[in-house]
Amino acid sequence: MAKKVALLQGNDACAQGALYAGCTFFGGYPITPSTEVAEVLSIELPKIGGKFIQMEDEIGAMASVIGASLTGSKALTATSGPGVSLKQELIGYACIAEVPCVIINVMRGGPSTGMPTGPGQSDVQQAKWGTHGDHATIALVPASVQEIFTETVRAFNLAEKYRMPVQVLYDEIVGHMRERIEFPEPGELEVINRAAPTVTPENYKPYDTSFGDVPPLAGFGTGYRFHVTGLNKAQDGFPTTKAEYVDAEERRQISKVEKDEARAVIEKNEEYLVDDAEVLIFAYGSTSRSARYAVNELRKEGIKAGLFRPITLWPFPEKRIAALGKKVKGIVVPEMNLGQMNLEVERVVKGTCPVLHLGRVDGEPLNPGQIIAKVKEVK
Amino acid sequence: MSSPKAKIEVIERYCKGCAICAEFCPTNVLEMDAFVVKVARPEACTACMQCELRCPDFAIEVHKL
Amino acid sequence: MAYDYAKHIRPGKLPHIWCPGCGHGIAMKGMIRAIDACGLEKNNTAIVSGIGCASRLPGYMDYCTLHTAHGRAAAFATGVKMARPEMNVIVVGGDGDGTAIGGNHFIHACRRNIDMTYIILNNSIYGMTGGQFSPCTPTGAKASTTVYGNPDPTFDISKLAIGAGASFVARGTAFHAAQIDKLIAEGIKHKGLAVIEILDDCPTTYGRRNKFRSVVDMMKRLKEIAVPVAAAAKMTAEQLEGKVLTGILHQENKPEYCEQYAQVIARAKCA
Repeated sequence: MAKKVALLQGNDACAQGALYAGCTFFGGYPITPSTEVAEVLSIELPKIGGKFIQMEDEIGAMASVIGASLTGSKALTATSGPGVSLKQELIGYACIAEVPCVIINVMRGGPSTGMPTGPGQSDVQQAKWGTHGDHATIALVPASVQEIFTETVRAFNLAEKYRMPVQVLYDEIVGHMRERIEFPEPGELEVINRAAPTVTPENYKPYDTSFGDVPPLAGFGTGYRFHVTGLNKAQDGFPTTKAEYVDAEERRQISKVEKDEARAVIEKNEEYLVDDAEVLIFAYGSTSRSARYAVNELRKEGIKAGLFRPITLWPFPEKRIAALGKKVKGIVVPEMNLGQMNLEVERVVKGTCPVLHLGRVDGEPLNPGQIIAKVKEVK
Repeated sequence: MSSPKAKIEVIERYCKGCAICAEFCPTNVLEMDAFVVKVARPEACTACMQCELRCPDFAIEVHKL
Repeated sequence: MAYDYAKHIRPGKLPHIWCPGCGHGIAMKGMIRAIDACGLEKNNTAIVSGIGCASRLPGYMDYCTLHTAHGRAAAFATGVKMARPEMNVIVVGGDGDGTAIGGNHFIHACRRNIDMTYIILNNSIYGMTGGQFSPCTPTGAKASTTVYGNPDPTFDISKLAIGAGASFVARGTAFHAAQIDKLIAEGIKHKGLAVIEILDDCPTTYGRRNKFRSVVDMMKRLKEIAVPVAAAAKMTAEQLEGKVLTGILHQENKPEYCEQYAQVIARAKCA
């Protein structure tokens, strides 16, 4: 049977992906250019008995999402730059308390109100470092409407598997673009549900590492009683200032994402004509679409360019970029900001090849011609 | 002298010595002694329960006799 | 018979962290008696708080407890209640947490009239951080950040709640301990957002700076200023000068948020 297809806007695809993943709760606040995610879910969630709430502000929206997730719901919020700034407090809460949830950031320009209807990619370091304190980050950067669907599903999977907030960042171009999308059949994409505790309520501890570095999270209202706090806590969930507990918990919460076994699951990249590439373009989101065009044009001219497109931006694909840095003459990093992910590329290639940044922040997308010109600067 | 209406038990480990119980006891049953409450005149207790109700520290239990 | 508080408290958690004479413990006991009187099931009851002295309360309670971020308790609790409307949800926090940093969440919880019980322990100061003035610190009072006297006017929390749409609003005091459980129990039984403001005292960071010799003096003040609503009805404006009304201040029946949303679901399923 032919697959169900549609011409869909990126934000709509995000909402459809959330429903496919089993999302039953959305808490949000209106903000351009992400509002369509909320609008679609306000229509679709009640049809399946799910809950949609428009909260009084961005912080309240994030709070409601964490509260709902603690009852076992798969929970989502969607926003844009200023909203993400406000949510940072509680993204940190979800990190330390280890509460699964998904945050969609449809990126516009900034800082502050910036250019609400224009695209940007200037929240990519905020995604990593926006909330205070040490923490691990998972951030996904889809580049097409179809991929917004699949990456939203994957965001829920990773949130539930690693028991943490997962951010999906796509720029306004992809968010408002309409493209053909094929809806995956039920069962076609993997959908991961939260691991349930295997112990009785009397023996349950919400951070019991004898069950691994991602301990099962019970839901409020399911027969398990426990304490959740934003303070540093011991394995039983109660606050502690004991050095050995605090240190072990902080390190565990980072290593559960950054250790090699986890990276093997979380990291996802696309490599296009990279094998023989002499110049590598590192590009994500809508910029990667211009970059792919540029690669094709450059190849026609006999210039061996290749594209590395991270689909998981955080954790950063450190080993692969370091290895490629040793093979190529240079890496070009086009992005709609004035220098963010190029810093990460520079950090991991450690000077083995030059890294050239190409930034654009005037509300227009980077075009292939600009990228081609920058690639030609690599000597 | 009438017999006490209740037995007052003080959990000294919990008492922080705020003196609310002693100060507001209508029959002066309780006294403070080195920042811990002491049942000084048990026979006067009328079992009004106010000391137990007002103790912020879960340190007083009034068992009616 | 002495009241059995222990069956509601997590083993080994007492003594609590609150200072000698702090009224939060008195309010907590009242809350326990109310929960008990209403027969709330531990596994089906969430107690949610923000940050501050009062917000440490849930940690002692053997229930589903959620100690959130400063001011955000009502918003977290709204998520819990929306996702699981069958749960009883109690929010507890202080005056600064609830009406300053959390003011927006507070008034909107009232406006939605979502079926939760919000207990505000109003000691008119930020105690945990060492006694800075809150929106409930009396004008002219001394705090660590108002050493020349507080220039700010105050919030009347109960009036704020009524104005914002809460359908049950009551006020008690730590001195009138026997009344606290009755007010909270009525709030729990009420369908809709119930706000119960408990006036209590911070002898450590407020009393000392404001010429109260001890918490006993502060408790005496609560005794003097509190006037039950029924008694107040027979008093003149002059007699009520400087007094605070206690008891159930407001109660009305109006649509509750989760029930309203259940109708949204019903309409969506028919659409």
